Amino acid sequence: MKELLLTALLGIGILVLDILNLKKYVLPFILLALATLVGFIAADWGTIETPFGQTMLVYENGANLALGVFAVVLFFWFILSSSYFKQHEGKTDLYALVVFSFCGAGLLASFGNMAMLFLGVEILSIPVYVLAASKKHDLASNESGFKYFILGSVASAILLFGITLVYGATGSFDLAVISNFIQDGKDASIIMNVGITMILVGFLFKISAAPFHIWTPDVYQGAPTWITAFMSTIVKAAAMVALFKLFTGPFQFYVEANGYTIGVIAAVTLIASNTAALWQTDVKRMLAYSSISHAGFLLSTIIGNASLLSLLFYLLTYSIAGIIAFGVIKETQTLEGNPLKGLYRRNGVLAFAFTAALLSMAGIPPFSGFIAKYFVIAQLIEAKYFALVVVMIITSAIGAFYYLRASLNVYQHIENAGRIVLTPLIKWTYILLTALLVLLTVAAGYIHLL
Amino acid sequence: MEILPNITIQHYLWLSTTLFALGVFGVLLRRNAILMFMCIELMLNAVNIALVAFSKVHGDTSGQVFVFFIMVVAAAEVAVGLAILMMLYRNLRTTDTDALNNLKG
Repeated sequence: MKELLLTALLGIGILVLDILNLKKYVLPFILLALATLVGFIAADWGTIETPFGQTMLVYENGANLALGVFAVVLFFWFILSSSYFKQHEGKTDLYALVVFSFCGAGLLASFGNMAMLFLGVEILSIPVYVLAASKKHDLASNESGFKYFILGSVASAILLFGITLVYGATGSFDLAVISNFIQDGKDASIIMNVGITMILVGFLFKISAAPFHIWTPDVYQGAPTWITAFMSTIVKAAAMVALFKLFTGPFQFYVEANGYTIGVIAAVTLIASNTAALWQTDVKRMLAYSSISHAGFLLSTIIGNASLLSLLFYLLTYSIAGIIAFGVIKETQTLEGNPLKGLYRRNGVLAFAFTAALLSMAGIPPFSGFIAKYFVIAQLIEAKYFALVVVMIITSAIGAFYYLRASLNVYQHIENAGRIVLTPLIKWTYILLTALLVLLTVAAGYIHLL
Repeated sequence: MEILPNITIQHYLWLSTTLFALGVFGVLLRRNAILMFMCIELMLNAVNIALVAFSKVHGDTSGQVFVFFIMVVAAAEVAVGLAILMMLYRNLRTTDTDALNNLKG
C-alpha cells in the first residue's frame, strides 16, 4: 500500500514543486522517490499485504516484482528523457502525468478485484491520452492523441462490459471468489464466456495485438518520441501483467478451452507485424510494428504455462531495448534527411547502444532478448504449440532482416558529420543500459533462485 | 423490480446490449468527433444499466458502487477528450475525422 501512496504523493509533490517555483529540483526528487519505491519493495519481499483487510489490492511477491520492474524502467526513462524535457515549458505537468500513469501501472500489478483492474486501466491510460497529444501545435501529435483516445476509450468500454458480464455470472468482482466459483465445478455459463472474451478483446487493444493493432503505428509515430517510449514500454508492460494475472489466475479454464484460438491470435500478430515492418521507411513506425510483434510473443506466454518471472524478464529486456532505441531516435531527430545514417561518426556511444537494442529486440545472443524469447518458446514447446513456435522462428528471421538493415544504416560512412554531444550522465546511462542488456543474459541463469 | 414483475434480467440485458452495440457502431461509422464521444458515453452508460440490473439480481450492492466508479472515470475521460478535441479544432477548424490523415506508413 505504501508503494501506491508514495507514487500518488510523488505526482502531487511534483505539481507542488512547480507552484513553489522549484522546477530544477523536480528530476532529483522523482529519482529519489523511485529509488525509495524500489527500497520499499525490497523491504516487503516475501510478505503478503492486503491493505485494510480487503482483497482490493494484494501485494505479494509477483506484484512487488512487477512494480519493481516498472519502477526501474521508469527510473531510466526519466534520466534519459531529461534533456528533452529540460526545454519544455510544461515540464512539471508532463512529469506529473507520467507519474500518475505509473500509479495505474502499480494498481494493475497488484489488483485483487475487478474494480481495481478497471480503475488501474483507466488511470494508466487517461494521462497517456494527454501526453500523446502534448505537442499542442503539432498536428501529428494532435491526431495521435485523438486516435489513441477514441480507440483506448472503446477498448476500456469493451473491457468494462466484459467485467459486468463476469459479475453477472458470478455475483462478485473479487478475483478469489471468481476463481472459487469456477473451481467449485459450477458451469461457466455463456455469459461468463462472452464476458471473458470481451475482457480479452479489451486487453488485446491495450497491448496492441492483432486484429486490434491498427492504431499502434499511427499513434506511436505522431506522439512525442519520449512519450512513445513510455507507451511502448511501461503502459504495454502494465497491461500485459494484468492480462497475465487474469488469464493464468481466475480465467485459466478459459485459456485451457480456447488455447488454440489465442495461439492463432498470437501467430497472426507476429505475421502481420513483421511483414508490415519490412516496408516501413520511418524508423519510429518500424519500431511500432516491432512493438506489435513483441505483443505476439507476450500474448503467447498465457497459453504456454509460463511463469510470471519469465514474462517480467521479457518485459524488462524489451523495455530497456525500447527506451534505448526511442531515446537514440530522439537524440538524432533534429538532424535533416536520414538522421540515423552514419550515426557512428556523430556519436559512437549512441550508435553502439542503438545497435545493441535492435539486436536484443531481434533476439540475437549475447543480448538478453535472445534468452527472453527462448523462455517463451521453450514453454510453448512444453505445452505442445509447435505450429506457433514455427511461426515465431520464421517471423523472427524476417524481423532480424529489418533490425539488421536499420543497424547497418548506422554504420554507413558519411562526410563531414556534425557531432552529437551528450551530457556525461546520459552517456553513462546509455552505456549502463547497454551493459544491462548483456548482464541480464547472465542473470537469467540465476532466475530460478528468486 | 417488484413494480414491474414482467421485466426480468433478460430484458435489462437486451436493452444494455443493444445500447452498447449502438455505441460501438456509432464510433465505427460516425465521422464527426463529437458524435464519436457521445457514442463512447453511450457504451459506458449501457454498461451501467447492466451493472445495476445484475446488482439487483444478486442482491449485492458492490455492482451499484461500481457504477459510481464508472461515472467518475467517464467524466475524467470526457474532460480529457474534449480538451484534445478543442486543440484539434483550433488547428484544423473542423471536427470531421476524415481530416485526420497525416500519419501514414
